[in-house]
Amino acid sequence: MNIAARRADFPLLAIQMNGKRLSYLDSAATSQKPRAVLDAVRRYYEHDNANVHRGVYELAARATQDYEDARQKLADLVGSAPEEIVFTRGTTESINLVARSYGEVVLEPGTNVVTSAAEHHSNLLPWQQAAWHRGAEVRYVELGEDGRITPDALRSVVDDQTRIVALAHVSNVMGTVTDVAAAAEIAHAHGAVLAVDGAQSVPHRPVDVRALGIDFLSFSGHKMCGPTGIGALYGRADLLQRMEPVYYGGEMIEEVTLQGSTWKEAPWRFEGGTPNIAGAVGIGAAADYLRSIGLTAIHDHEVELANYLADRIRPIAGVVVYGPQGHRDSGVVTFNLDGVHAHDVATALDTEGVCVRAGHHCCQPLMRRLQAASTARASLYLYNNREDVDQFVDALAKAKEFFHRVAG
Amino acid sequence: MSLDEVYREVIMDHYQNPRHHGHLEQPTLSVGLHNPTCGDELRLDLQVSDDGVVQDAVFEGQGCSISMAAASMFTEAVRGKSLGEANRIAESFKDLLMRRESDRSILGELEALEGVAKFPARVKCATLVMNAFEKAIRKMSEGGGSGNVQA
Ligand SMILES: Cc1ncc(COP(=O)(O)O)c(C=O)c1O
Repeated sequence: MNIAARRADFPLLAIQMNGKRLSYLDSAATSQKPRAVLDAVRRYYEHDNANVHRGVYELAARATQDYEDARQKLADLVGSAPEEIVFTRGTTESINLVARSYGEVVLEPGTNVVTSAAEHHSNLLPWQQAAWHRGAEVRYVELGEDGRITPDALRSVVDDQTRIVALAHVSNVMGTVTDVAAAAEIAHAHGAVLAVDGAQSVPHRPVDVRALGIDFLSFSGHKMCGPTGIGALYGRADLLQRMEPVYYGGEMIEEVTLQGSTWKEAPWRFEGGTPNIAGAVGIGAAADYLRSIGLTAIHDHEVELANYLADRIRPIAGVVVYGPQGHRDSGVVTFNLDGVHAHDVATALDTEGVCVRAGHHCCQPLMRRLQAASTARASLYLYNNREDVDQFVDALAKAKEFFHRVAG
Repeated sequence: MSLDEVYREVIMDHYQNPRHHGHLEQPTLSVGLHNPTCGDELRLDLQVSDDGVVQDAVFEGQGCSISMAAASMFTEAVRGKSLGEANRIAESFKDLLMRRESDRSILGELEALEGVAKFPARVKCATLVMNAFEKAIRKMSEGGGSGNVQA
């Protein structure tokens, strides 16, 4: 992969922060946007803008075509049919849609949903709510020493009363990767479905829903080089067809009478109201962009860089790296500097032009387990290079030196 | 923008040796605050006399150097002051960090936190203790002004 050429695709990477070169290491929170995406959104507004699925005039047909083309692009990205892609605002809305429209139907007293303590709040609260509304149980799979969820641990909690297994593909804190194919096998053996939080996987590695046996997959546009406010839910066709809409209104109906109404087929029945058309165009362009580079190449690049980063900071006395201590399988590296609060570390790095996330990363249960109120996280993407990492490592060493000096 | 402007020695000193750390057995006012975006936690206990003077102020919690140093400095600053004066200290401190006109003369060591104004994302760390204090005062006025108020 030619990183210099990739970097040139992202206008924001050229800005300076505090007079320093920018080292953006927070792509797990949100990614930067390539020109291809910005241009696609602009082109849509300048040439094709109209409402979708409504007008009979040509412009409306063009807007509808753009919107449906974007659905096809996402289907191509995850290996599904276009009818299996529902546009949403992002991962959070996608998971809530499954939890309400599917979860609240199949859960009942005596049944359970299996998830883990390592989940992002977005993949925890919707399941807790659905289970509590229906009097069902929420079960948590045990995390291994390094934060991994092993098939054996999963097997020991999933049973014939399990209706849904809901897990993140890649943890946004530990950077650990769950064996999704094995999880699907275990869930299916007990008649349950597997709902995957793909927020940190779809942007960074090949994800093929058929090959992996995924039944629901949620992801966000803004973490995969696309715009904010758009994302998608992949749902297996037969499951989506059984699900009721959550939002009722325009666009999603077949026939409306004062006595009763019928809905469009999936996925359109889940897209009540005028959708985020420009956002869909943007996420579609992002999917094309990622595929043009190749998701395997993106993944390999990030993993190589993450291991380089972890190997460089581990020897610094006082640095704790969470998650796998050996080889890392994703671009997420969470760490702490002994005696210095993660916020103070992040502020110190900021003065050197380095952006990292500090806090609980929307994973309070996991943080309790790590016995860290707060951690700092560096996360990598296709546009990061060794210079970004070296700048970070130098800034971290400087921060350590500074805090030890002022703390006397 | 340099780190020395923010992390003055006096701040790190308060962080490492918090002045009034702990809790009171029978506080007049006790309020806990949690900053959900970063996970910082703080509990502020106040002993207030019948005529409205802060006789004791202590805090407990965990968080970054800025939130903990501010709590230490604030408890130091409000001891022996009336609730009205304590409130003015909190207000002046917020003014300072929002770069508005501020009465620095009443801030004491809190003034050393001025550099935080350059890091807008960290202002909420510095003002966590003031928010706890203001919440305690609101609770007290709602609760009629006496007794142990838990929030
Ligand atoms: C693992 C994981 N799940 C869910 C989300 C929520 O994504 P969004 O805020 O785009 O809905 C995130 C983003 O922070 C995440 O990292």
